[in-house]
Amino acid sequence: MKYDLQSSNFRAANMPNSTSPESGLKRFGDKRISDLLVESRQANVNRQRVQEFIIEKLLFAGGMAAILFIALIFIFLFKEGAKALFLIKPIEFIGTHILDFDNNRVFACMWQPVGESGKYSIVPLLIGSFLVALPATVISTILGGGCGIYLAEIASAKVREIVKPAIELLAGIPTVVIGFLCLTLLATYVQNAFHTTFRLNAFVGAIGVSLVIIPVIASITDDALRAVPNELREASYGLGATRWETIWKVVVPAGISGVTASIILGMGRALGETMIVVMATGNAALVTGNIFSSVRTMTATIAAELGAVPQGGPQYCALFLVGAILFFITFVLNLVAEMIINRMRKKLRL
Amino acid sequence: MKVEHGIKGQQKTKIKLEELTFYYGKYKAIDNVSMEFLECKVTAIIGPSGCGKSTLIKSINRISEITNDVQVEGKVLLDNKNVYDRDVDLVDLRRRVGMVFQRPNPFPKSIYDNVAFGPRLYGVNNKKRLDEIVEYSLVKSALWNEVKDRLNQSAIGFSGGQQQRLCIARALAVDPEVLLMDEPCAALDPTATARIEELIEDLKKYYTIAIVTHNMQQAARISDYTGFLLNGQLIEYNITTEMFTNPDKKVTEDYITGRFG
Repeated sequence: MKYDLQSSNFRAANMPNSTSPESGLKRFGDKRISDLLVESRQANVNRQRVQEFIIEKLLFAGGMAAILFIALIFIFLFKEGAKALFLIKPIEFIGTHILDFDNNRVFACMWQPVGESGKYSIVPLLIGSFLVALPATVISTILGGGCGIYLAEIASAKVREIVKPAIELLAGIPTVVIGFLCLTLLATYVQNAFHTTFRLNAFVGAIGVSLVIIPVIASITDDALRAVPNELREASYGLGATRWETIWKVVVPAGISGVTASIILGMGRALGETMIVVMATGNAALVTGNIFSSVRTMTATIAAELGAVPQGGPQYCALFLVGAILFFITFVLNLVAEMIINRMRKKLRL
Repeated sequence: MKVEHGIKGQQKTKIKLEELTFYYGKYKAIDNVSMEFLECKVTAIIGPSGCGKSTLIKSINRISEITNDVQVEGKVLLDNKNVYDRDVDLVDLRRRVGMVFQRPNPFPKSIYDNVAFGPRLYGVNNKKRLDEIVEYSLVKSALWNEVKDRLNQSAIGFSGGQQQRLCIARALAVDPEVLLMDEPCAALDPTATARIEELIEDLKKYYTIAIVTHNMQQAARISDYTGFLLNGQLIEYNITTEMFTNPDKKVTEDYITGRFG
C-alpha cells in the first residue's frame, strides 16, 4: 500500500473514499450507539452529580464519625481521669504509708477505695491485669499460633473449611458464658490439679481469657502465613527442604511480623477482657507474683465499682484514671502491632 | 525420528522422559511425551501459554505435587532411575535437580542466608565451609563482584536481574546436576536477560539445563536442542538450529514464525 505523504492526514493514497468509519456500524434510526450513550448520559448527568455528591459526603461523615467517637471517648476518659490527680496525691496511686500490726509505718500498695482514707494504689490492679494477660497470651500463642500454622500450611482445603469457621465461632461465644464455665467447672479442676489455696485465681482467668484470644491469634497467624508468596515455598522445596523445614525456616520467618502482631493484638484483647476475669479471678486486689493467687484486674475493678460510686468523687475519678491507663496500654499495643504488620508488607512487597 | 539417532550417537543422556502423561486432577497437562535431555547441553522447551511447558520440567523434580493433586503415567528417568519410583528420596532428587523460577523468589533474608539456605538444610554448619560455598556459588552465578561487600543485606533490595542470579546461586549451592529454568527471564529487562543468557552459556559446561521460554529468539540463542510443545503434546524435538531453519512440521513453522501463540 502506498501512502501519500503530501496529504495532511496521511490517509492511504489508494484507499477509496467510500469507506468512511461511519459505514457498517450498528444504528438506531440515524443514531449510532455512541450517540445514544452520550444523550442518555446528558439526561442523567445532573442527577448523577447530586447523587455522587451526597454519597461521597455520607461516606466521609461516616469515616469522620468513627474518628470523632474515638477522640471523644479519649478526651472524656482523660479529662475525668485527670481530675483524680487533683483529688488524690499522685504518690498515692503507687502506695501509701500505713501502720502494720506492730504499729510500724510501712509503705503499702493497696486498692481500698472506701471511707475517708481510701487507698488508691493501682499497682495491684496492674499486677492483676498482667498476671492474667501474660499467661493467657502464652497459652494462646502456643495453641492459637499452632492452630494458625496448621490451618495455613498443613490442613487440607476440606479440613480448613470446617476448622476455620469453628475457631471463629469460638470467638463468638459470649464471654459471660466462658466466665460461667470457668467459675463452675474449670476452677474446680484447676484446684484439684494444682491444690491451690484460692479456688478462683489468675490462672483460671488466664485459661478463660485465652479461649477468647486463641481465635484472634489463630486467625491472624493463618492470614499472615497465607500472605507469604507461594514462590518462597516452591523455592524451599526446590532446594530439597521437607515440609517441616519449609514451614519453620521459610514460611514462619517470612510471616513472623504478622504472627508477632497477632500475639500483640491478642494481648491487647486479654488486657481489655472483663467479664471472664470478673467471674473467674477472685477479685482480691493483692500484690503478688503467684498466678495461683486471686487477683483483681483493672477491667474488673472498673466494672465492679463504677456503678456504685458517687459521681465526681475521688474513687469515681480514680476509676477513670485506671480506665485511661488501660486505654493507653492497649492503644500502644495496637499501634505497635499495626507498625509491625506494615513492616511485613514492605518486606514481602505485598 | 532422525534426531533421536543423532543425539544418542554423541552424548550421554541425563534425563529421559518415557511416554510421560501428567494429570492435574482430571486435566491432562502432558500427553504421552517422550524426549531426552543430554548432559551438559541446554534444552529449550517452547510453546504457547498453557501448553504444559512448565509442567513438563516441573515433572522432573516433582515439585508440582506439593501444591496440586497430580497423577503421573510413564517414566521420568534421571540417570536411568525413574524419579517416580517408590524408593526415591525426594530431598535427594531436588538437591540433584535444582530449579530457577519465573519470578525471582529470594527469601526475605540476607544474600548470605539465601545462598547458605540449601547447604544448611543438609546440615552444613561449619562457618568457614559455608563461606566458601557461598562465595563459590555467587562467583559461578556472576554475582560475587556486585554483592561481596553486601552479603548481609536483605536480598529484597536488589534489582530483579540480581535477584534472579541470586536464585541461581542459591540453586547452585547444593551442587545440583541438572538445572530447571522456568522462564527465568520473563520478569527481567533486556540487559538483565542478556546477563542471564551469558550465564547459562557458561553454566552448561557443568550442568544439564532445561529451560522453558516464551521467547523464540532466546531459545534460538542459548539452546542446543529445542522441543516444541502444543496442548501437552511434543510436536517436534530437534537440534535447535535445525528446528529454527528447517522445521519438520507446518505447525512448528507457524509457531516459530509467530503466526500464533
